Amino acid sequence: MEVFLQQLINGITLGSIYGLIAIGYTMVFGIIGMVNFAHGDVFMVAAFVALVAFLILTTWLGVSSIAVALFIVLIVAMLFTSLVNWIIERLAYRPLRGSFRLAPLISAIGMSIFLSNFVQVSQGPRNKAIPPMVQGDFVLLTHNDYAVTLSFKQLIIWGVTAVLLACFWYLVARTRLGRAQRACEQDQKMAALVGVNVDQTISMTFVIAAGLAAVAGTMYLMYYGVVSFADGFVPGVKAFTAAVLGGIGSLPGAVIGGLLIGLIETMWSAYFSIDYKDVAAFSVLAITLIFLPQGLFGRPDVEKV
Amino acid sequence: MREGAAPGRIDTVAALRDAAITTLLAFGLFLPLIGFQTVVNIRNELVLDTRWPLLFGIVAAVGVTRLAYSFLFVPWLERFKERPMAVTPPVWLGLIRDWFTPFAIGFVIVYPVIVIATSGWGGALKWVDNFGIQILIYVMLGWGLNIVVGLAGLLDLGYVAFYAVGAYSYALLAKEFGFSFWILLPLAGVMSSFWGILLGFPVLRLRGDYLAIVTLAFGEIIRIVLINWVDLTNGYAGISGIPRPSFFGLPFDASDEGFAATFGLEFSPIYRTIFLYYLILALAFLTAFVTVRLRRLPVGRAWEALREDEIACRSLGINTTNTKLTAFAIGAMFAGFAGSFFAARQGFISPESFTFLESATILAIVVLGGMGSQIGVAVAAVVMIGGTEIMRELEFLKYIFGPSFDPTQYRMLLFGFAMVTIMVLRPRGLVSTRTPSVFLKERKAIPADMVKEGHG
Repeated sequence: MEVFLQQLINGITLGSIYGLIAIGYTMVFGIIGMVNFAHGDVFMVAAFVALVAFLILTTWLGVSSIAVALFIVLIVAMLFTSLVNWIIERLAYRPLRGSFRLAPLISAIGMSIFLSNFVQVSQGPRNKAIPPMVQGDFVLLTHNDYAVTLSFKQLIIWGVTAVLLACFWYLVARTRLGRAQRACEQDQKMAALVGVNVDQTISMTFVIAAGLAAVAGTMYLMYYGVVSFADGFVPGVKAFTAAVLGGIGSLPGAVIGGLLIGLIETMWSAYFSIDYKDVAAFSVLAITLIFLPQGLFGRPDVEKV
Repeated sequence: MREGAAPGRIDTVAALRDAAITTLLAFGLFLPLIGFQTVVNIRNELVLDTRWPLLFGIVAAVGVTRLAYSFLFVPWLERFKERPMAVTPPVWLGLIRDWFTPFAIGFVIVYPVIVIATSGWGGALKWVDNFGIQILIYVMLGWGLNIVVGLAGLLDLGYVAFYAVGAYSYALLAKEFGFSFWILLPLAGVMSSFWGILLGFPVLRLRGDYLAIVTLAFGEIIRIVLINWVDLTNGYAGISGIPRPSFFGLPFDASDEGFAATFGLEFSPIYRTIFLYYLILALAFLTAFVTVRLRRLPVGRAWEALREDEIACRSLGINTTNTKLTAFAIGAMFAGFAGSFFAARQGFISPESFTFLESATILAIVVLGGMGSQIGVAVAAVVMIGGTEIMRELEFLKYIFGPSFDPTQYRMLLFGFAMVTIMVLRPRGLVSTRTPSVFLKERKAIPADMVKEGHG
């Protein structure tokens, strides 16, 4: 029971990170119908930027307050990653809009290879480890010497995710940009006819997706304290799994899918086999797509002639 | 600059503004990851280094390129637009088109001879092995995947799994039971196509991107199993000492029964390499030949019909289940052949050889070559694999960038960059016209924009 409770806490933390990345997949898929394969690597780039920003703040500028440092790191990572994703969309995906369906996917795969190798070449292939940023935890309950703990960093991840999701929900549901996004998602041509700037809206979608991925990257760095150039691929596929499980195109679905994947992964690691934890996530992906292609909250995809 | 300026004149202000914006963006883009480098110091702590000269060099290069683009490249393009369209293509273009395939086939057949004649017995080994065999493996894999992606229009991102099945079945069966290469080659193909059908069954209903991601998941699952099932596969450590193929029973070694001794030649490792070269060449030709013949059979036509429109296919009474499964099975079979050849050539295999990157590379070759075009796929394999291999040879770059410059580490970086660039410039691939396999009076090439594909 205690183990289960502890894994529940760990799973929700991991799931929050996956959920933040998954929103990026689901938004981009919803609006232009492409699997943004490079999104996992954008997340990895964000983690590296957060690393660099954190090192500048702590070792050069001597910022001693972790809260301030973390806040600044978060902002810097979000700004920079948004810029990166904006440029990527501009250079690699926009020229291919309206081309045949595989073209953007191939371009995105190429971009994914490019990004991970760019980081490998510019920052070196080794794992980058930093001393733990946040330490300490609450002991929730103790039973037979097994303490169920909720660490401060897990609490930070939960809090930041919740706040961001609230902001994000407001953005999509209540603002002009959100309306434009939903309009483009339904019918781009019609949206353009009623005066929505489609190109700009798509660009903003990539910017927002990158912003959320940057938060996930920063949280990942803070949680694990280590990042390497190859860390984009597997979290990327898992977040995509989360998006598919929740129903691709559905924003609440992405978050819930993320939480589910996080829980499945931690539970699988705790009770079955840690070696095969990636197999669990990949199997969920395959099973979902085969038996429930529209996901938990998605609309069924009706095929017309 | 694009709308306002009269043709032929360059809007200097706009060009400068564009260049300034580009430079600024490049600075922002490269500042965190090139301007700073995270390094581990003596006390094993992570600290920052700065690389300002490199950062400003790259940013300046980007700005200058953007200026050059506005001032040189755009006027050059304008000049093209003004010129009237050529009514008939020049004669030499037609000649090249007609003679390219026979010439290419002739060239690959005499390639080892040319290499030995030009760089001697010692130097030839590298050129035949690293370039010839390596490229031909990818040509064969590309042609195999071309059946699945190019003909049947099923996007498969886990193709390397079947390659792995072929390699591991050869390695394990040859080591455990001592069967010869020639028995195991078809057996590896059968094993792979069995897996192709097994993995093909559940994904029959999926299409497009979804199919791609599920096949990716299957590929990764197989790789993780190969890593973790240590009893069978020896995990990360891989399998070494895999028996090599022999020349009709004559092993390629220095013994008295060896190939060299039997023919009265001096022993040299190049004989095995040349034998392997012709072996993979024959396998690749087999793949191409089977594909060309299959396109004329009902099943091949059904594949192409499936690629163009699945619903129409179904309403015409084509059994889409069987059609898709045969495509998966036959594509996987060729991957299995290539895999067993790979294991026999290397003598060592490990899960590291079968990563997602390999699948992406093979898919990139097929798509960049122009899906469905045999020649295009071969050319793309030469460009992408040969291009990355040649990076190993660019020693002169060390004189430019200093002795610590290692061109090989930029291979995959440029590979990804090339993938994006070729896709943006030629989304339909290098050979984008399509010749129909069934025609009435004359065989006419169809421009790519007239056909739609990749929906299935």
